[in-house]
Amino acid sequence: MMRLVFALFLLLAAGLPARAQDAFTAALPGIGTSFNATAAAVDALGVAGDPRALPLLQALSENRLLRRADGTLLVQTPDGARDIPGGAAADPAGAETVRLNNRVRVALRVALGRLQIIADDPEVRLAAVQGVLRSRSAADLPILETALARESVPRIRAQIELALAASRLAADNADVKRAAIAALAANGSDTARSILLESRGANPALSDEITAAVAAIDRLLALRRAGETLFQGLSLGSVLLLAALGLAVTFGVMGVINMAHGEFVMLGAYTTFLVQQACRDIPWLLPWSLPLSVPAAFLVAAAVGAIMERGLIRHLYGRPLETLLMTFGVGMMIQQAVRIVFGAQNREVLSPPWMQGTLELPLGIMVTQNRLWIIVFGIAVLLLVMAAIRYTRFGLEMRAVVQNRRIAATMGIRTGRVDALTFAFGSGIAGMAGVALSQIDNVSPNLGTGYIVDSFMVVVFGGVGSLAGTLVGAFSLGIVNKVLEPYAGAVLAKVAVLVGIMLFIQRRPKGLFALKGRAADQ
Amino acid sequence: MAEAAPPVRRPFALAALVGALLLLALLPVLNGLPEAHALHVSDFIVSIVGKWICYAILALAIDIAWGYAGILSLGHGAFFALGGYAMGMHLMRRIGDRGVYGHPVLPDFMVFLGYPELPWYWLGFDNFGFAMAMALLVPGALGGVVGWLAFRSRITGVYFSIITQAMTYALMLAFFRNDMGFGGNNGFTDFKDLLGVPLNTATARAGLFYAALVSLALCLLICAYVVKSKLGRVLVAVRDAESRVRFLGYNVTSYKLFVFVLSAMISGLAGALYVPLVGIINPGEFSPGNSIEAVIWVAVGGRGTLGGALLGAFSVNGVKTWLTSFAPDIWPFVLGGLFVAVTLFLPKGLVGLLRKRGS
Repeated sequence: MMRLVFALFLLLAAGLPARAQDAFTAALPGIGTSFNATAAAVDALGVAGDPRALPLLQALSENRLLRRADGTLLVQTPDGARDIPGGAAADPAGAETVRLNNRVRVALRVALGRLQIIADDPEVRLAAVQGVLRSRSAADLPILETALARESVPRIRAQIELALAASRLAADNADVKRAAIAALAANGSDTARSILLESRGANPALSDEITAAVAAIDRLLALRRAGETLFQGLSLGSVLLLAALGLAVTFGVMGVINMAHGEFVMLGAYTTFLVQQACRDIPWLLPWSLPLSVPAAFLVAAAVGAIMERGLIRHLYGRPLETLLMTFGVGMMIQQAVRIVFGAQNREVLSPPWMQGTLELPLGIMVTQNRLWIIVFGIAVLLLVMAAIRYTRFGLEMRAVVQNRRIAATMGIRTGRVDALTFAFGSGIAGMAGVALSQIDNVSPNLGTGYIVDSFMVVVFGGVGSLAGTLVGAFSLGIVNKVLEPYAGAVLAKVAVLVGIMLFIQRRPKGLFALKGRAADQ
Repeated sequence: MAEAAPPVRRPFALAALVGALLLLALLPVLNGLPEAHALHVSDFIVSIVGKWICYAILALAIDIAWGYAGILSLGHGAFFALGGYAMGMHLMRRIGDRGVYGHPVLPDFMVFLGYPELPWYWLGFDNFGFAMAMALLVPGALGGVVGWLAFRSRITGVYFSIITQAMTYALMLAFFRNDMGFGGNNGFTDFKDLLGVPLNTATARAGLFYAALVSLALCLLICAYVVKSKLGRVLVAVRDAESRVRFLGYNVTSYKLFVFVLSAMISGLAGALYVPLVGIINPGEFSPGNSIEAVIWVAVGGRGTLGGALLGAFSVNGVKTWLTSFAPDIWPFVLGGLFVAVTLFLPKGLVGLLRKRGS
């Protein structure tokens, strides 16, 4: 049977597409006369590769294909019967449904697979390739070769190549098999690995090559896993970086322990939600609601921060423990206020289209777009903060006040104003972190509580008062966490990191990047 | 900062304290009166006041570390919970074969999770004395390790607070895990009896109440002895000028370590008394919020005075119970407001306010 199809295919492949038209019409009369004739016609249609055959065969498989006594065919559609191949409206009276048996069903499955592999819809093609991959046999080779020749989507091409190699491995020729093993080794996916392992029993002569190929894939997979762990670590690190950057300013530069920091992050996330709601009615603006949220969240959190600094914290300078308790109380009130206004349930913040989906990096490392954007965003915010501190007038005044408050005041710097701005700045950064977190975490009133302990750890680990330390601290904690996770589980990894930091502080009480000189004495 | 009270007022304060404790001791007796009696006190009041007494013990523990030695721990809830878990383990063993699955040795959750036998760290907890010793020693040992690591590398002030907060946070995450062997999310509950007395009876309630009250009195005596001793004065000196005390030749690390371990053990005792009273212990007790709430009791009452810690624990929890019964949404605002008001306007707490009125 298969050989016949093969022969038919070779005959027809030469003359595509002109001969295919003929083959389509030529095969039609066979359908419905007898089971064997129907199966042969289905095979012929599958091999012909005519796009018109696809709806016909689908109708046949769903018992919607009718045949009149004179041999003409019509298909039942939701809006009435249609003639085949004309497509004109037809009267189904007197026509009988074409019946199926198992042989026809098998022929149908194969033919549909072949037709779908060259269908117009890439998703249909991909599904068809995967179907062929599952039922791999040497008979699929010509179909796969034609499909590969006309395929332009890289993702589907890769799948076709995989299926091709798998089918070649089932062929008779030893050289073809060797080439297939090499191709599978180069493919380096889990599927390729299991195909190789499966074929080992059938090919004792090639077992050395197969073992070598599997080993090569294992090396590649290990590399890929390492790459993915690294990416996840960077992703977690960038979240920690965002959450901790604001703290690095308020705690590191000003020495103010702000336990309400997590609540500023939460406010930023809710601002994102509100901006999205505001943009909802303006379709062209909706995809840009997230970038718009960044300045909005900064302003909201900064405003609350400025009020808090001027109204409360200012009275407690030099009393860090009291500041800690007071800010905790403020955080509690902010959280409860949000809970009353927005409710305790999670609010949904959508990802814009350009942030959805996954991206494939070299070595086949899959990364989700939104995580990638958050890494980019985290580093952009860090650079922005560094630039603001280094190059702006405000940054200069801030550094002057940190280094020597009194002399800064005698130089005409309004230290109170600088304090308020610095605190607002740090709070605003926390708000921007909230925009990023709204994409990967639940926007709920206690969003911030989960990050506060980790952020303090990052700042303490990296060294208080050092932005570079915050960067290194955030990324190393993120990566260590993700490296430990497969061995210890998420929770124990976290516990291990916390214990590790406590031990680390034994050796370097001032953190990784300790301040030196006069500033360190304060 | 919080210097000793003027000597003239001491007898009055002491009399007030003893009087208050004696009044509390009357509660279970009044509970025994017939319900129609004008002075009858409901079961609810007895168990809730018993709970407050445990909180007061925790507040005492925080006060001797924070108020006298300047060590602000945001992880005392962890010591409290560990003591509670030790007691909980004993109560679980006491259930015996009366559990849902009727296993003679394994608690229900272990049968459910498919434990073949009791983990080694559960051995001995069927003995009351051993469990009580663990309720003191485990928190003490943890406090000792964390304190030793922190104090020897001179981690002070807010850094120490953050480290201890991370400690209780880490323990909370760990205890939430099912395979820790501590009941995971649900913790321990459905206790049956303690020392042969069924827990849900008036006898048990009164007994636990008096146990808590006597423990409170004992802890108060121990703390008073410690803070009045020479050691206590060194602690106050460490609080006010740590470097100077060190330069004078004192081994600051040992002093701080002593008071921190003592404080951790007292917290463990409070937790052990608390668990049979409320009938449940779960990892939520480790949450950082609990620890910081306990700190605010001390701040409200007035840190650096033992009476202040008690006053704070009773008054804040009293208001909490009263307010959460009819307006639970407002309570976080009140508690948050307390944090702000106490730090900004009442640095010496209620005791400071009373003293100002008095003088």
